[in-house]
Parts: sequence; structure tokens; C-alpha cells
Amino acid sequence: MLSKKQARAFFLGGTLVTFLIFIGLTIYSFSVENDQSNHENITEAVVRGKKIWESNNCMGCHTILGEGAYYAPELTKVVDRLNMKYEGQGEEVIKSILMSPASWQPNGRKMVAYEMTAEEAADMVEFFKWIGEIDLNGFDRIVSPLAKEENNN
Amino acid sequence: MKYKSQKVAYWFFALSMLLLVLQLVYGFVMGFARIGFDNLHELGIPFNTARAVHTNLLVVWLLSGFMGAAYYIIPEEAQRELVNVKLAYVQLISLALVGVVAVVGYHFNYWEGRKFLEIPRPLDFLVVINVLLFLGLILVTLFKGKRRTTTALVLSMGLLFAALLYLPGMLPFDSQVTDSFFRWWVVHLWVEGVWELIMGGILSFLLIKLTGVDREVIEKWLYVIVGLTFLSGVLGTGHHYYYIGVNKIWLIVGGIFSALEPLAFLAMALFAVNMYRKGEKKHPNKLALYWTLGAAIVSFVGAGLLGFAHTLPQTNLYTHGTLVTAMHAHLAFWGAYGMIVLAIISYSLPNMTGRKLYLSSRGRAAFWLSNIGMIGMTVAFGVAGVVQVYLERRLGMEFMEVQKETEVHFVVLILCASIFTTGIILYVIDFYKHGKPTDEALEIKMD
Repeated sequence: MLSKKQARAFFLGGTLVTFLIFIGLTIYSFSVENDQSNHENITEAVVRGKKIWESNNCMGCHTILGEGAYYAPELTKVVDRLNMKYEGQGEEVIKSILMSPASWQPNGRKMVAYEMTAEEAADMVEFFKWIGEIDLNGFDRIVSPLAKEENNN
Repeated sequence: MKYKSQKVAYWFFALSMLLLVLQLVYGFVMGFARIGFDNLHELGIPFNTARAVHTNLLVVWLLSGFMGAAYYIIPEEAQRELVNVKLAYVQLISLALVGVVAVVGYHFNYWEGRKFLEIPRPLDFLVVINVLLFLGLILVTLFKGKRRTTTALVLSMGLLFAALLYLPGMLPFDSQVTDSFFRWWVVHLWVEGVWELIMGGILSFLLIKLTGVDREVIEKWLYVIVGLTFLSGVLGTGHHYYYIGVNKIWLIVGGIFSALEPLAFLAMALFAVNMYRKGEKKHPNKLALYWTLGAAIVSFVGAGLLGFAHTLPQTNLYTHGTLVTAMHAHLAFWGAYGMIVLAIISYSLPNMTGRKLYLSSRGRAAFWLSNIGMIGMTVAFGVAGVVQVYLERRLGMEFMEVQKETEVHFVVLILCASIFTTGIILYVIDFYKHGKPTDEALEIKMD
């Protein structure tokens, strides 16, 4: 029968081993040859876009990389999606929504009117374009409009 | 109650009750917004504000509950008074103040906008100071105590690791991928790792008190359970890394280890039920027993089974970023952490106030209504989530078209949330009726 001492050894040993493996895998997945986060294409505009994204808590409604609040659309492939919908004018549509003084209300669901400057809106578009180029192990095909076309055919 | 300083726990629990009620209010704001009634949008509560408040209040009321639990349990386990009661009250007030400033700030676009970790950076530092003060009080009390039990050590270890794991969430990154990667070090390793240690510690304390089973037996199995938790949960973090832009190795590692995560919760449920069956069944506080066994069983269903339902990479490819996650999250947080906090409150309140209200029907109604309501909410989220996955991810319908199709499920959600809220209100009334803690309760031996 298992003793308390053995149970404690199982807990401490198991924890230590799994933490070490976890840290090892973290180093492995961010090493140069295994990194697929599109890190090399991060520009200053992308970083500024990320800060705007965070300072307005966009994730509080939208999702990106599948993470967020499921109240508003997934934005991982938003440029592609709106390009298809608005005949190649995706970037301009995004900018106009972000710069608009009136609340954007698709199907009655309201978005905060952020009234961004042209520079801020351009940074956001750069951020979305960078996000759209990340290798997401197949998830990009699920949320991409082009993949949806393929699924339906 | 054996030590006067245990009374400080009452005020942490009172703060928990207040924040829980407020959390529900913001939950309703979101529920109504989803069926088209988002009238508060113009009044300064757009959806993202309501959501940040809803989830952050959840974290703070649970943390306040855990802290209260520690202030109640540690003196009793260490067999001495808390080292400094005044500092514990300072810690309580500063915790409440940081919470209030954060919540008010969310209404004025003052946040970090990182899911679950919306608290702005300057407030993060205050949180760290607050938690350090709390840990100092708990650990020094334990160190100076007459005995150091496994229950107290596991509980303290959970609280200490929770504090340490808050730090990776404060690291700044330019990449959304890296940011998200380390954000999960906090969020996942909290809720599917060290918080389970805290839950295990509280559960162990309650089972020792309520069932009368030998401490050695209970604590031996506590080690096995927390061992299983870390063995599966640490590498199980990989299920958050499948589709966020990191290496495919996480599909294999996350898939295997997160599939093992339900084992820890199954072990916890079996452990609690078996200890109850072995026990003397003489303790009069049956209500605390309801919440204790309920926490172990509901956490297995919510965190274990419903987590497993969408944790495999093949399934998660379609469910990632949908309402299916909300389904799992609600029952998991409720079962694993909400119910265990309500369990320790139900156990300790009569001991601190000297009022034995646990025989009233109000307490039992609170238990059943809140649980039935939460199960209904989980089902509503689940149906909405599956509909969303099928229509949006399989049939390729537009997001907003799908949202219109799922509105009816949110009507059901609001109805079930009303049942849940009725249960919680009854619980809060019960809490209030107990009155304030008193030193006279020291004379009453209930264990």
C-alpha cells in the first residue's frame, strides 16, 4: 500500500520533472529554427498596432488567434475576409471603421467608436496584416474565408 | 473557532460575497447585450467593459475567498494565532482598493486589454505588494506554529506558486504570440495548476473536519491528487498553444497531457466521496458537506469532462475561439473554485459567529438553485457553441449571421442565470443572517 512518504515523492518528483520538460519545450519552440510566430516581420507599426489593440481592450469583444470574447468577429484573417467582401478594399474598410466618429453596428451589435487618427488606424492594419501571416498549424484555414470556400466546394 | 485571529477571514469572505454579486450584475449586462439589449453601451458599459469587470471580479472574489480560507485554516493547522492581525486588515483594505480602482478604471478605458489580465501595469505592482504581505503573514504564522501539516503546506504552496506565476504575465512582449504564450503561464498554470493545490488544501481541511477520517489517510491522498494535477496540468498548458502560432510539438504534448487532466479531478471526486463514506457522518453542518462534496463532483464534470470534450487538437481546431470555451469555463470555475470557497464559508461562518444556521432550508435552497441554474447556463452555452462551430466553421456562415441564430440560446441562458442568481442571493442572505464574528464563538466547539 502506498505510504504518505511515497505519495509526497510522487508529487514533488512529478512536479519537478514536468516543469523541467515544460521549460525545455518552451525554449525549443522559440528557438530560431522552430519559431513560426512570424517574429522576423514585426515592424514598429505592428508594435504600435499591438499597443492600440491592448489599450482599447479589443479582445474584450473580438477574438484574435482564437483568443478573446466571442462577441465580435475573429480578426486573425480580417484583412483577407474584408478584401473578399469589399472587392480588395479590406484595409480601407478597417481604417474607416476605426476612424469613424459613429458607432459601427453590424446587425445592430454595437462597436465602440474609437475615432482613431489615420496613423493609428494604419498601425492597426499593419498589426492585422502581420497576424494574418502567422503559421497557425491549420487554424488559419478554419477562420480564413478562402478555406471556407474550399470547405463548401 | 479556536483562535481569535481567525475572525479576519470573515471580512475576506464578506468582500467575496460583495464582488460575487457585482460579478453577476455584469454577467447579466453581457447576456442582455447578446440578445440585442445593449442599451448600456452608450452609458459607459460597452461589452468589453462588462466582460473585463465580469472576469476580473471572478478572479478577485475567488482570491479573496482563498485568502479568507487561508486566514481561517492556517492558525488552526499551525495551532497559534495569526502573527499580525492588523496587517491582515491592511492587506484586506488594500486588496479591496486595488479591485475598486481596477473596476472603475475599466469603465474609462484604463486597462491592459489582455484576457483575464486586464489590470493596468501600475496596479499590477500593487497586487504584487498586497500578495507579498498576505504570504508573509501566512508563511510566518506557519513557520512559528506548533505543527506544519500537509494540508497547511499544500495550501501555502499553492498560494506561493500563484504569486510567483503572476510575474510572467507582467513581462512585456512585442509579439502577440509570445505575449499570449506567457499569459497562459499565468492563467492556465493558475486555474489548472496551483489553484488546484489551493482547492486541494481547502478540501482536505474540510474533509478532516467534516468526516472525521484520520488526517494521515486524507493527506496521503491529497499528495496523490496534487501530484496528478501537476503531472497532467503543467504540460497540459500545451492545449492553449495549438493554434496561436507556436511549434506543432505542442499539438502532441498538449493533446496527450491535457487528455490526462480529468484524472486529477476524477481522483479528487472519488477521494471526497470515499472519505465521506468512510467517515462518521456525525458533523451537524450538513450544508458545508453539500458544498464540499459538490465542489469535488461538479469540478470533475465542469473542469474534467467538459474540458476533455474540446481539448484534443482535432476537436479544438474547430472549437478554439468559440462559445464552447465559455461552456467549459463556467462550470469549471463554478465547480472547482466557486463552490470550494462557498464550502469553506459555509463551514467557518457558524464557527466564527456562533450561529448554527446550517439547518435552515434557505441554505439548501441556495445550494440546489445555484447548481441547477449553473448547469442550465452550461447547457445553453454548449448548445450555442456547437451551433456556432457548425454554422461558422463548417458551413462558412458569417459571424454575425450565426450570432443572430444563437440569440435564442442566450434567452435560455438568462433564464438559467436568474435561477443561479436566486441561489446566490439566498446564500448571501444566509451569510448576512449569521451576523458578525465574535470572540464568544471561541467557546463553541463544533469540530
